[in-house]
Amino acid sequence: MARGDNLLKVEHLTMRFGGLVAVDNLSWQAREGDITALIGPNGAGKTTVFNCITGFYKPTEGRIALRHGDAAVWDELESLTERGKRHITTAGGSLFQLERMPDFLVTQQARVARTFQNIRLFAGMTLLENLLVAQHNSLMLASGYTLLGVLGFPSYRAAERAAVDVAREWLDRVGLLDRADDPAGDLPYGAQRRLEIARAMCTDPVLLCLDEPAAGLNPRESAELNELLLSIRDKYGLSILLIEHDMSVVMEISDHVIVLDYGVKISDGTPEEIRNDPKVIAAYLGVADEEVEKVEAEVGL
Amino acid sequence: MDKPASSTGVDFVHAAKEACVTAAITFAVLLPLIGFETVSNIDNKLVLHMRWGLLFSIVAIVGVGRLLMALVIAPWLAQRRMRPVAPATSSWLSAVGRWFGPFAVGFAIVYPILVLSTSGFSGALKWVDNFGIQILIYVMLGWGLNIVVGLAGLLDLGYVAFYAVGAYSYALLAKEFGFSFWILLPLAGILSSFWGILLGFPVLRLRGDYLAIVTLAFGEIIRLVLVNFVDLTNGYAGISSIPRPSFFGIPFNADDNGFAAVFGLPFTPVYRTIFLYYLILALCFLTAFVTVRLRRLPVGRAWEALREDEIACRSLGINTTNTKLTAFSIGAMFGGFAGSFFAARQGFISPESFTFLESATVLSIVVLGGMGSQIGVAVAAIFFIGGTEIMRDLDFLKQIFGSSFDPTQYRMLLFGFGMVIIMVFRPRGLVSTRSPSIFLKERKTISSDLVNEGHG
Ligand SMILES: Nc1ncnc2c1ncn2[C@@H]1O[C@H](COP(=O)(O)OP(=O)(O)OP(=O)(O)O)[C@@H](O)[C@H]1O
Ligand SMILES: [Mg+2]
Repeated sequence: MARGDNLLKVEHLTMRFGGLVAVDNLSWQAREGDITALIGPNGAGKTTVFNCITGFYKPTEGRIALRHGDAAVWDELESLTERGKRHITTAGGSLFQLERMPDFLVTQQARVARTFQNIRLFAGMTLLENLLVAQHNSLMLASGYTLLGVLGFPSYRAAERAAVDVAREWLDRVGLLDRADDPAGDLPYGAQRRLEIARAMCTDPVLLCLDEPAAGLNPRESAELNELLLSIRDKYGLSILLIEHDMSVVMEISDHVIVLDYGVKISDGTPEEIRNDPKVIAAYLGVADEEVEKVEAEVGL
Repeated sequence: MDKPASSTGVDFVHAAKEACVTAAITFAVLLPLIGFETVSNIDNKLVLHMRWGLLFSIVAIVGVGRLLMALVIAPWLAQRRMRPVAPATSSWLSAVGRWFGPFAVGFAIVYPILVLSTSGFSGALKWVDNFGIQILIYVMLGWGLNIVVGLAGLLDLGYVAFYAVGAYSYALLAKEFGFSFWILLPLAGILSSFWGILLGFPVLRLRGDYLAIVTLAFGEIIRLVLVNFVDLTNGYAGISSIPRPSFFGIPFNADDNGFAAVFGLPFTPVYRTIFLYYLILALCFLTAFVTVRLRRLPVGRAWEALREDEIACRSLGINTTNTKLTAFSIGAMFGGFAGSFFAARQGFISPESFTFLESATVLSIVVLGGMGSQIGVAVAAIFFIGGTEIMRDLDFLKQIFGSSFDPTQYRMLLFGFGMVIIMVFRPRGLVSTRSPSIFLKERKTISSDLVNEGHG
């Protein structure tokens, strides 16, 4: 898996809700091993893009393709689309067409994990249980689809111990190991955000989609989050998609930034390029392009 | 706090005013309803009678009640609410919780012997059959429904349908083909869970209230089919002389090769009753054991996760449709076991036994017991069903209220009242805490505030 090849291709993605066009003919790509940030003003359609990628929404139009393994597998994309199948596997890797898959298969087979803008933990279950639920599919297999588990076969117990070890490792990594037996709903906000990331990581993804992970964090927690995300990228070679309003997070850790406004891509490039793009500044300040300089001078940028 | 007196203290003038207003409203409302009575006199003409005595006594009761409410109950409730939760009680409760289970199991095992030695053969028949077996059937139904409602958070108002499928499967197959109870018991469970899956497929995409409505309808449909499919089920007349289970091939009858004769005992029907008691007890243990196991397996955790947040489940790659289906079909399977036991014990079944009231009773047991809690459900079943049976026995009330008084007719009223009380004081049921399925260092119970009830 060479870093830098495309991992995800979003092509001509359109999502309409009745008359409202939330995402309009949007195309972009995310490279493997990158932290790709998706930014834009409120209501720009960022979460909608995430929901399309993870199968929660079925896009009105467009194609979303994800690669596992060798980059050469991209050559199969057209034949996959024509054959109308969900995925194709060659010797070197496989290709998934995410918009054709139901949400749970996107995680189970294409190995895309996500978190939610408004945290969705299992509040009445302990931290450890939350992380075990995330390993449902592998444990289900080990429990012989429940049958062997009910009969008390030892193979399941070994698998469960391994799953607990994975959970313990992630709890340690996000600094919540000493609270493993507390209900998730009891955690402070920042810790809930980290737990949600740990839970997503327990599904063993190749692509991690984080919807505003820094929202509501104080500066110290935000810095810790940056470190966590960088370590996930570097240590596990994982690719991350990130929606974020906090520019300090975006500019510091992302390798690639895509800017949306009213469902349209208005800019695409490195953080440095985005920072200086007048269109982006205009969108954020809510003014027309020509007036940017004037307004910038007013606000003292 | 500058005026603590007004928040918790007692304000007589205000209370008296409230009581007067309430009494006046009651008087105004009840004057036409209760105050006037029309009777036909000797000339067959309607004349108006005033029932002042009755009217004023009711008004007085309401007024005094309001006064007491304002003076005594409301301040007490306010104080209760302000008091912080005492940790002492919860540790006391958890100690009880730890010992209650083993104690209850032990008691259930020696119960028939205890009854037999204290009240002899004739008393034992009543106590073991009406109380023991009847309660255990509902414990089992409660535990079965608990999987669906308590763990997976799917509101099922038609659970009795699976009970009925189990009972009719046993009755019909045993009568037609003469299969033994031990073959038909699992078969009835399988058939019920098959019906659970059949119902589940179209229905489980619905959520919350809609799921409840459709399951309710399903329960009614099954009952109506049983009523109208006369060729198969014999309609309202039901199926009688259903073969009874035997003691591993030895029948419970007065014959030479019957149970009593083989073991050299004098014949009495108590042996069969005691055998049935242990049979349903074993089925209950099976249910409890499987449920406890399932809770620690990935399916069980997925059920509870589903109850907490379905969207999050799907984001973790869990096939929620399948997960719901397993909950539905496993719950239905235990309902089917209970149903086939019911048919074997009664020897007679008819659609009358599978009305909506039955579903409602089982659901109340689950809700009162505390959704998801096995001990709570068992305790609720003992109160609910045992209470009903005791009501039948309260003959001394006839001496107080006259011979036409039938206490059983008031039992629904009393249970409604009891339920309101429990819901006021323990809104999440008798056992409202959740105990985690796994732990790293120590098992801490989880308060009900955090646990979701599920939305279907
Ligand atoms: N399920 C839906 N039905 C109808 N409209 C929707 C739906 N989901 C999103 N929208 C609309 O689509 C637009 C984009 O919403 P989206 O949530 O994607 O924005 P966002 O970029 O994530 O904004 P924020 O930064 O506030 O999270 C909004 O106008 C929103 O109202
Ligand atoms: Mg959003």
